[in-house]
Amino acid sequence: MTDDITLTIDERPVTVPEGTTILQAAKSVGINIPTICYHEFCTSNGLCRICVVEVEGSRTLVPACVAKVSQDMVVRTRTPRVVNARRTILEMLNASVDLSEDENIQDLMHEYAADEARFPLAEPRQHAILDDNPMYIRDYAKCILCWRCVQVCADDAQYTYAINFSGRGYHTSISTYYDLPLTETTCVFCGQCVGVCPTGALKPKREWLMELGYTPDQIMQMTRTERKSRMRRPQASA
Amino acid sequence: MDDPKLMDLQTKLDEFAPTGRSALLPALHHTQKLFGYIPQAAASRIAASLHIPLANVHGVIDFYTLFYRQPVAETVIHVCNDPVCAFAGSDSLFKNFYREVPHQAASGGLETIALERSPCLGLCEHAPALLVQGMATAGAAGQSWQDIITGNFGRPHTQITREVDILTSNCGKGAPTWLAAYEASGGYQAFRKALGMSPAEVISQVKASGLVGRGGAAFPTGVKWEGAANAPGSPKYVVCNADEAEPGTFKDRVMMESDPHRILEGMLIAAYAIGANKGYMYIRGEYIHQFEVMAQARQEAMTVGYIGERVLGSDFSFDLELRLGAGAYVCGEETALFESIEGKRGLPRIKPPFPITHGLFGKPTVINNVETLANVPYILSNGAEAYRKIGTERSPGPKLFCLSGDVEKPGLYEVPFGVTFRHVLYDLAGGVRGGRKMQATLFGGAAGAFATEKDLDVRLSFEDLKAAGLPLGSGVIMVFDDSRDLKQILLRLARFFAEESCGKCFPCQIGTQRQLEILQNIASYGTSAGDREQLEDVARTMTDASICGLGQTAGSAVMSAIQQWQDLFKPARERKE
Repeated sequence: MTDDITLTIDERPVTVPEGTTILQAAKSVGINIPTICYHEFCTSNGLCRICVVEVEGSRTLVPACVAKVSQDMVVRTRTPRVVNARRTILEMLNASVDLSEDENIQDLMHEYAADEARFPLAEPRQHAILDDNPMYIRDYAKCILCWRCVQVCADDAQYTYAINFSGRGYHTSISTYYDLPLTETTCVFCGQCVGVCPTGALKPKREWLMELGYTPDQIMQMTRTERKSRMRRPQASA
Repeated sequence: MDDPKLMDLQTKLDEFAPTGRSALLPALHHTQKLFGYIPQAAASRIAASLHIPLANVHGVIDFYTLFYRQPVAETVIHVCNDPVCAFAGSDSLFKNFYREVPHQAASGGLETIALERSPCLGLCEHAPALLVQGMATAGAAGQSWQDIITGNFGRPHTQITREVDILTSNCGKGAPTWLAAYEASGGYQAFRKALGMSPAEVISQVKASGLVGRGGAAFPTGVKWEGAANAPGSPKYVVCNADEAEPGTFKDRVMMESDPHRILEGMLIAAYAIGANKGYMYIRGEYIHQFEVMAQARQEAMTVGYIGERVLGSDFSFDLELRLGAGAYVCGEETALFESIEGKRGLPRIKPPFPITHGLFGKPTVINNVETLANVPYILSNGAEAYRKIGTERSPGPKLFCLSGDVEKPGLYEVPFGVTFRHVLYDLAGGVRGGRKMQATLFGGAAGAFATEKDLDVRLSFEDLKAAGLPLGSGVIMVFDDSRDLKQILLRLARFFAEESCGKCFPCQIGTQRQLEILQNIASYGTSAGDREQLEDVARTMTDASICGLGQTAGSAVMSAIQQWQDLFKPARERKE
């Protein structure tokens, strides 16, 4: 038996069960708070901070995806302070990563009037495309570090633990053990990471090849050869 | 496969195995000692022995700058890259190194020497600071490379100036105060006294003393202890945060290398008060010597029974583990420090929940800074009332300040709260070096703010500094004379944050990088229209939206400079409309 909690979101009274996040509480009355890293079936970590809102009495902005409601809390989801933080995060992100295939972020850029050329001197995160297995490619120049792939590979779904992180800070990237090709890791090619990737950084190889202009027949030829050569040299690295 | 070093490693790993994932950092340190780096074959053994997925071991190795996945060099020298050391000549040390030192191996093998730029090494009063294979040097600027490389140098000796001598009475003697001397000076009497009191009485003494945390956040210590004591769940932990890495801070280093038992005594009292039977002390990876001193002190305390089962015949038992960090400023953030002890990447957690209910291993935990704990024995021995006679009404007690930069007598200062900045800088520290004019003084470290001459009469207390818009932080007073380029200082602070951001939340991960890029461009090409607005937007976003204190303060020095010097980022040429 959980107690109900009443709070105010954007001047509207809202009553939800204890333990509800601000994000869910807002959604229950039709107030949409934007998210990027959040995924319904993944553990929320409050990474992207696009969902930040103003909570009365709080020194900093509060991430709605992880912050729980409390009695008489007063939340404002679209103050100038909130909008400024969201816009700046979008502008900084856009200067770092290729976001062209993420429709959600493209829409947010538009909604928050984010300037695409705000940080002209920024050094984008550059990575060569990793094509080391017949199933999917990894294009980390498109990676926003939402962690979803690492989480579904681990405790959120598959318990495979094939990928984790390299480096830290701005130069963090998703990585295998000692940068080994995926075929030499514990990866079972379940495809869950590809399924949750929001930006096209992880993509089925077939889709990628079709985007490059290959026909399905050509692709069949290529991947067959690849599979065969791999069978002959099981320890080969890509 | 039968590499004898791998077999050595396996023997050690078998010892670590029962500890599980939490033994990861100790295992990696051990491996690196054996091999000089962490070879893949060794990392695989560690993963198997401690039951950690391979990719996660990789993630941890790659997070900490002092762990290497490739061979580096026979001798690794770390040179501090932060403002005070840079102005004292660390840059020219770098240049000389590449010009004069025969560091390349003859036949394409491993380099003999590798020079690495490092964040603040906590040796600011000996600028430019160097670590040679983990050993601190003194006065590197005046020494030849041959002497530096062969380790032919003196150990740094910190100048200590006292107006009160509660925390540093056993410091500055050139050698650690070991158990016998500590006991002879009244050591462990406070702990014995505490054992005769109820835990609640101990907590009420600490609450009555008004002691607040000295790590930077200034949270009331007694309230923290009470919260953990009352929190449901067991076991409970007490953790000493000795991950001192705020640029300009070296007080905890001096306390650890000089008076280790005072810190242990503070920890024992805290553990007894909250009902913890296990403690951890997490010491930054660059403080190898201090780690060894603490380890020896712990051994002494175990031998005479201050640490162990049924301490001094009481019902209280206590076990203490020392942990060595591996190069990550963010691990000074309390929840990142817990993650690191647990064998993970040092990423801060989302708060709430707070450590008093969900701390180390998810259990109720008290985490206190070294200096905070060092205050505790005095409070128990002399009573809260005596303690409150020192300092101000709202900031009771003594405070350690770390003076560095352009000051005649850089070093550690123990003063009562409430003396003025002028008193410390001019009466005690001899003023600005060479009689020059003070341009700016950074208070609180990289995460701090600038004071100027108008602030000289501000009293050094939490309340007075807050009113003046200055953070007390960890007690950093970094002085810059009128010849120093403020933009250079800001650039170096920005580089520090960009290198030390953990990368978890977007505002800090990207914001620290954008801040660095803008300041780099200004340093190279001058200020352009819009630079200042960009800096302000980035700083505001980091302050407002980052997860932890690192991101929330990564823009504070820039913001403070913009407020103090309106024209600092005035464009050289206005853009034509």
